Amino acid sequence: MEFDGWTALIGTGTVVAVFVVVMLMVILAVWAERRVAAVMQTRIGPNRAGPFGLLQTIADGIKLLMKESITPRQVDRLVYELAPLLAVLPAFLALAIVPFGPGFCIGGQGTDCSGGYFVDMQIANLNVGVLWFLSMSAIGVYAALLAGWGSGSKYPLLGGVRASAQVISYEAALSLSVVPVVVAAGTLDTQGIVLAQSQYRWFLLPLFIPALFFFVAALAETNRPPFDLVEAESELVGGFHTEYSGVRFMLFFLAEYVNVVTISALFVTFFLGGWTGPYPVAGSVNWAPLFGAIWFLAKTVCIIGIFFWLRVTLPRLRYDQLMALCWKRLIPINLVYLMAVAVWVAYQATGDLPRLVGGG
Amino acid sequence: MSDYYENYLTIFLFVLVGLGLFGAMIGVARLLQPRRQTAAKLATYECGVEAEGDWWTQQHVRYYVFALLFVVFDIEAAFIFPWATVMGSIADAWAVLVEMFVFIGILVVALAYVMRKGLLRWM
Repeated sequence: MEFDGWTALIGTGTVVAVFVVVMLMVILAVWAERRVAAVMQTRIGPNRAGPFGLLQTIADGIKLLMKESITPRQVDRLVYELAPLLAVLPAFLALAIVPFGPGFCIGGQGTDCSGGYFVDMQIANLNVGVLWFLSMSAIGVYAALLAGWGSGSKYPLLGGVRASAQVISYEAALSLSVVPVVVAAGTLDTQGIVLAQSQYRWFLLPLFIPALFFFVAALAETNRPPFDLVEAESELVGGFHTEYSGVRFMLFFLAEYVNVVTISALFVTFFLGGWTGPYPVAGSVNWAPLFGAIWFLAKTVCIIGIFFWLRVTLPRLRYDQLMALCWKRLIPINLVYLMAVAVWVAYQATGDLPRLVGGG
Repeated sequence: MSDYYENYLTIFLFVLVGLGLFGAMIGVARLLQPRRQTAAKLATYECGVEAEGDWWTQQHVRYYVFALLFVVFDIEAAFIFPWATVMGSIADAWAVLVEMFVFIGILVVALAYVMRKGLLRWM
């Protein structure tokens, strides 16, 4: 494929499309979370701005934009200003490798799309997709740490240190629960992982334990309840973002919800078959990419719904319970499960049991 | 230009759009927000009461232990991922499997040792 104006246009188009879709999902997610929580707690919830309160998030956003963003005297200026950026940017960047649907061809012929332009329904089809996601979510820890460090205040510092210990611990658990998926799919490429799950061979069933652990680690990575010790308001006021107000606070808030959307999308990609769905099978009709995107978004919304459900249902963990869960349960069990999956894959690949003597 | 670089070019564009969004939000807020600073406003909020003492407090050493553990297990993951990718497609999968199991086994023993030493207990 030649690099020309059309390729650049397609690239720009996907970037803008992903931003628009994700921002819309975030805006709806914030509203939906408040409504879901209201229903579960027999309250009414936001219902004034727009029909069913749909515009509530936008109203809140405008309010936060118009509020004075105070920078307290004691802060470390550079670190303090850098932290919101480091929260928002990696949250978006992790989305770059999420395949929203099967790729499609514009103006080309045949399966290799000769003479036309092949459009991936993802920002970048990296051959190291899974690693890209893990590294981006690892950068996210800097946001909490630097915000706590730079605020020049006691509770944010405590929150920041807690956040870094929590997020790096669960980072290890998160990456170890993705490994079985990579072993089973035989590729780090996210589109390849989705294709490995076509015809309903979703990894959720054979890899149920890694899927469960991935979800638990995802909750902890995004600092969502019941793992929101980072901003436990009964102990730490507001946690690492106590000293932030106005637009900078909004950016932290935005980052949290983008993270929720991203990690739900990745859960769908890794365990729920991504964009594959009952109708139509990829490539059979021209509308396959559209249906792919619809299936993908529907599945993602379901996972986001579970995030909200857990938030309303579960009480916050104690810090020692949090660390024990990660290091004494998730990581060892993940390692054992990984070995079991590897044995199965090796058996499938060789069709043979290991020869203990004189192998190779 | 090959597809490989094209993908990273799109990511670069994605970074730029992200930075632009960040800059736009900060910029718009700077235009819209009022700016009436007083000494009380600029004081550290902390928990609403006047802040006392030094904020730069010592943290417990147990956080450090978890940072060390993280380094071990994240590097382990860095070694496991390439293996996991190619494992199923190598002809002698069992040999590759056993080699990695020795590696993982050592780490499991290490984790058991750490647990036995009581470092994972949060006291």
